[in-house]
Amino acid sequence: MDDLEQLYQDLILDHYKQPRHRQALTDEEVSVEADNPLCGDQLRLAVECDAGRVATIRHDGKGCAISQASASMMCETLTGRTVEEVGVAVRDFVAAMRGEREFDPSWPDEWLALQGVCKFPLRVKCATLAWHALQKALERQVE
Amino acid sequence: MAATPNKSTGGPALDVQRIRADFPILQQKVHDERPLIYLDNAATSQKPQLVIDALTTYYTQYNANVHRALHYLGEQATARYEAVRKKVADFIGAGDSGTVVFTRGTTESINLVARAWGAARLQAGDEIIVTGMEHHSNIIPWQLCCRERGARLRWVELLPDGTLDLEQYREVLNERTRLVAMTHVSNVLGTLNPVAAMAHEAHQIGACVVVDGAQSVPYLPVNVAALDVDFFAFSGHKCGGPTGAGVCWIRRERLAEMEPFMGGGEMIERVHDDDATWAEPPYKFEAGTPNIADVIALGAALEYLEGLGMEAVHTYEQALTTYALDTLAALPGVRIFGSAPERGGAVSFAVEGLHPHDLSQYVDQHGIAIRAGHLCAQPLMRRLGVPAVSRASLSYYNTTAEIDALAASIRRAQKFFGHG
Ligand SMILES: Cc1ncc(COP(=O)(O)O)c(C=O)c1O
Repeated sequence: MDDLEQLYQDLILDHYKQPRHRQALTDEEVSVEADNPLCGDQLRLAVECDAGRVATIRHDGKGCAISQASASMMCETLTGRTVEEVGVAVRDFVAAMRGEREFDPSWPDEWLALQGVCKFPLRVKCATLAWHALQKALERQVE
Repeated sequence: MAATPNKSTGGPALDVQRIRADFPILQQKVHDERPLIYLDNAATSQKPQLVIDALTTYYTQYNANVHRALHYLGEQATARYEAVRKKVADFIGAGDSGTVVFTRGTTESINLVARAWGAARLQAGDEIIVTGMEHHSNIIPWQLCCRERGARLRWVELLPDGTLDLEQYREVLNERTRLVAMTHVSNVLGTLNPVAAMAHEAHQIGACVVVDGAQSVPYLPVNVAALDVDFFAFSGHKCGGPTGAGVCWIRRERLAEMEPFMGGGEMIERVHDDDATWAEPPYKFEAGTPNIADVIALGAALEYLEGLGMEAVHTYEQALTTYALDTLAALPGVRIFGSAPERGGAVSFAVEGLHPHDLSQYVDQHGIAIRAGHLCAQPLMRRLGVPAVSRASLSYYNTTAEIDALAASIRRAQKFFGHG
């Protein structure tokens, strides 16, 4: 596989072309907005918690294949987990994307698929945009 | 395939293959032995060998501080540094080299005007006009200035073809207008603005005019006297020079109205305990040790352009830009932003269903460097209704074959990402 195919793995392209948990959100529903100043992309998340669990996560906005697929994958793999588990997951994933720790082979395929992005340092922000936003949304709900 | 641009327009010919040999970076292969196709010239231009040599020669033969040292090296460095001031004045039609201030680039030049002229001259209630196609560097300094002085920012909007709405310009122009800040050539839409006509109208009501020449100086012959503006900023690194050396040209009458920009060595005449008097312009605006090597190498870059002839460069680049516009517009799903009749070499476009980042990453694998993003023009992106665009920007060392390669790569990207 060349670098480009590693970056845009089939699973990523699949999430990009058919994003999961994507929905046009109303302003009232939006929990958090995130901008990627590098590219002008915008992402919005609606996060609902119930009994200590992240019950639903939905996203909308404009972005590149990596940021869109990553948001879709994040929603897909984190929905239903406890708030605490989600916090740990976001921290681990972001650290791995930044090269601060190894990717764990036991992680979901979706996360591992994003590993190829690490070879393109400028795109790491695209891959972590949704994750930072989710972290912010959860911090706000705790407050 | 079109004929070489010069043949199609009848202008004086540029021998592009010979010119390319002057640029070591263009000889390079990237990503598995692909020739480098550099189409990001609006961001920064590549440097001919003689510019690189000018840097080395300075550091190996006459490195010394300017305007201070009374020794052989100091005299050499000062003479060559000051010779570039004269060269710049001639290159932009200023004549008087005392009106040429060296800065780090366009951004610093505009900030200089905003601080040294704007903050000193503007009052609450005054108005500054900017246009909807400005680079952030010709917006933020004015926002800061407005905030500090209680002045107000007004906007000139765009017509659908990417030219300025001149009727609306006349409406926002009024007796409170103190300054009109506009780009000469847009780094996104390519539009060449009618600076001289707009400056004339601004002057009639007593307003000054600052022009961002970052994209015009590398593209066409510029004459600040003919434009009849007050301030003109450009960056050496977009004209074949090194980073770190740029120019702020300031009309004589304005020089007299300005306060210092930064304080320090070189810009003073006499320093008392509580107070000081200032050196004469342009030195009043050049505090501290300047980028001596970079300024001297900028001189070499301008000499190189003079050798080619700016008329010839312009003719070639215009034909190449037309070729790029026609080639890209012919691709399915490609939309070009801006169709001004008179324009520079920036060609921004959208490919349906394909994000600019993904496109630029994809074509990079084919050795092609284009730009993707908001291009430091978020207010313009809002007006265009997009978060980001893709941009190919051309120089005189680019060829029609390189544009064909970009077009082919875009087609492959469309297939890869499943559109088209
Ligand atoms: C139109 C325009 N203005 C200003 C700038 C800023 O130039 P610099 O970064 O060299 O100061 C640029 C280039 O980035 C530009 O294209």
